Amino acid sequence: MPEESAPVISRTIDARGSFCPGPLMELIRNIREAQPGDVIAVLSADAGSRTDIPRWVEKAGHRMVGVFPRDGYDEIVVETLH
Amino acid sequence: MQRIIILGGGVGGTLVANLLARKLHAEIDRGRVAVTVVDATGDHVYQPGFMYIAMGAEREQSLRRAERGLLDRRVELVVGDIVRIDESRRAVELGEGTRLIYDYLVVATGSRILPEAIAHFNEEAHHFYTPDAARRLRRALDAFTGGRIVIGIAGMPYKCPPAPLEVAFLIDSELRDRHLRDRTEMHFCSPIGRVFTIESVSEMATPVFVEKGIEVHTFFNVDEIDPEQKLVRSLEGEELPYDLLILVPPHKGAQCVIDSGLAPSSGWLPTDRETLQVKTAPDAPDGTKAPRFPNVYALGDATDLPLSKAGSTAHFEAPVVAERIAAQVRGVEPEATAGTYTGKVMCFFEIGGGKATVLQFDYNHPPRPPKPNRFWHLGKIVFNKTYWHTVPKGRV
Repeated sequence: MPEESAPVISRTIDARGSFCPGPLMELIRNIREAQPGDVIAVLSADAGSRTDIPRWVEKAGHRMVGVFPRDGYDEIVVETLH
Repeated sequence: MQRIIILGGGVGGTLVANLLARKLHAEIDRGRVAVTVVDATGDHVYQPGFMYIAMGAEREQSLRRAERGLLDRRVELVVGDIVRIDESRRAVELGEGTRLIYDYLVVATGSRILPEAIAHFNEEAHHFYTPDAARRLRRALDAFTGGRIVIGIAGMPYKCPPAPLEVAFLIDSELRDRHLRDRTEMHFCSPIGRVFTIESVSEMATPVFVEKGIEVHTFFNVDEIDPEQKLVRSLEGEELPYDLLILVPPHKGAQCVIDSGLAPSSGWLPTDRETLQVKTAPDAPDGTKAPRFPNVYALGDATDLPLSKAGSTAHFEAPVVAERIAAQVRGVEPEATAGTYTGKVMCFFEIGGGKATVLQFDYNHPPRPPKPNRFWHLGKIVFNKTYWHTVPKGRV
């Protein structure tokens, strides 16, 4: 998905100081408190997050908006569906 | 007089105190330095043994000793509840209004369990993180005659990462011995995408689950327990019925470090991975380091370091803290190697059937567990039995 069409981010989790599975656990903690339609961005410098988070999002039935490489980290954007 | 206060009389606190007493004995004897341990109960508890109470191989009495008896005679012990740390005044407030002033502070306040954070946990789920809970699980296992056992992890991080896997493997072995295994379905639930956080350990353990016929459910984050239907539901939408439910409860750091503004709501203290000094804030996203409190250290479960919450971590961190504080007291630089924590951890890992393996790793070297065998199982038993004479006294 082109980045320009990404939805508006409602919350950003800066997990760049955290190691796997920290960023995923932070996302899960936030999703527990989120409303359907909320868009959450996780900033992670841990390469494992690039695969772990999309796999979890698929299993949990949310929507992966995308994994966007930034300067030394990834911005992983997820839309909460339920 | 320079005052060193150590909060917590667990593995980390006790070992730091004894190592400091050894390094600074002359200064302590001359009245120039005082080392004080503050502990809520005055008892030292060997928590790794709780799992063995549940497995019917240990008694609580063997896991508890008076902290005073483990401390060097040069170390003072104060029994009291820690209410608050006032870093700006370098003071620790205890219950009943006592204030202790420090020049150096070591926070070794460990972690605590919060089963009540999940509705119906206490009535429905078993665990092995207290002696009472472990005995209750033992009774449930004794009464078990077959059915569905669900073992899972209801929060990360938690104490002793291999423990829930070990419990699954040991229960499998027990049920085989009792000829109940063919009447039992076993399920293991992991909150992440594999059975263990460290990939190499997961690669070792996954085939063991397959071999033992324990069904693995990854990305299973416990959302609710339904006591009427006897179901545990995950955030990911999976439902597992159970006859016996065993869950690692959610964990947090000590309330006093949250109340003191030193740790976020998780209770894990932002800690420098090499010096073990407590940070005034997490490091900035661009890598800029936040200031460290020069005189406040944390170790063991209390830190936010990405390492096992286990006595072993505290065991290998304690000499670093002792080296750094002793150097500061003497006004010299700490010895570079002894004063730098490399992330070293070593722990045993039971596989069941009288076999175990060992996990040894540091920040830069992931564990490469050897093939499980009887030697490492015996190693764990010997380590547990000799603990009182070795680790707290700094003999290993």
